[in-house]
Amino acid sequence: MKLHYDTESEQLFVLLDGEIDHHTSGRVRSELDAALYAHTPRTLILDFQDVTFMDSSGIGLIMGRYKILRPLGGEIILLRPAPHIKRILRLAGMERLAKIQHELGKEVVQ
Amino acid sequence: MKILNEFKCTFPANSANEGLARATLSAFLIPADPTAQELADLRTVISEAVTNAIVHGYRGKSGDVSVCLRLLPERVIYIRVSDKGCGIPDVEKAMEPLYTTAPEEDRAGLGFAIMQTFTDSLHVRSTPEHGTTLTMRRRLGKQHDETNADA
Repeated sequence: MKLHYDTESEQLFVLLDGEIDHHTSGRVRSELDAALYAHTPRTLILDFQDVTFMDSSGIGLIMGRYKILRPLGGEIILLRPAPHIKRILRLAGMERLAKIQHELGKEVVQ
Repeated sequence: MKILNEFKCTFPANSANEGLARATLSAFLIPADPTAQELADLRTVISEAVTNAIVHGYRGKSGDVSVCLRLLPERVIYIRVSDKGCGIPDVEKAMEPLYTTAPEEDRAGLGFAIMQTFTDSLHVRSTPEHGTTLTMRRRLGKQHDETNADA
């Protein structure tokens, strides 16, 4: 997992990797929240390109970050999810809370 | 019903074993040659079931999770996950989407919804103070036999 905050655009870019389950999501959550509270970004970009597996723990992770960011006026972009991860995002209705995009600046056409 | 193959294992309710359960299922499914989507669906399903046992069944206490995998005729995959944890007082309530007893841990309450969506059948047997057993079946699509393909 790599984090990068761009002060100019106020974007927190997070490159997630590996498998996101109940076991791994705790570490991701604490690192992510430390950065969220430190920078209060306008946009949180979660890049799923290197994520090989995700179950509902990942949905909980996104929902929890949404609850933190929304009162601050921030938004979430879910970038480059693999087809099986996109299925779970859609099943959970995540497109209502966040933008699902294949690349930055272009929204997925449903 | 005739069981073509079966694998049983029991492991401690340690979250690191969620990945082990997925890896075990992946290995068991190799001879059945599932599609990438079938494999991803079933890996998600077992991950949800084992996580439920660890998070909700044992709630941080120690105990064992048992998994039974079967290959049945007509390419039906059978997955059973059981724990001897606290049980579910109201199964119907627990199966409602977004219902969770652990919101403070960022649990989405979608485990059962995902298990139901990605399988053909899901049965829950639970007795408070005695534990929970989830039984799921999913029929795989027709096998692509490469040996019959034109050269």
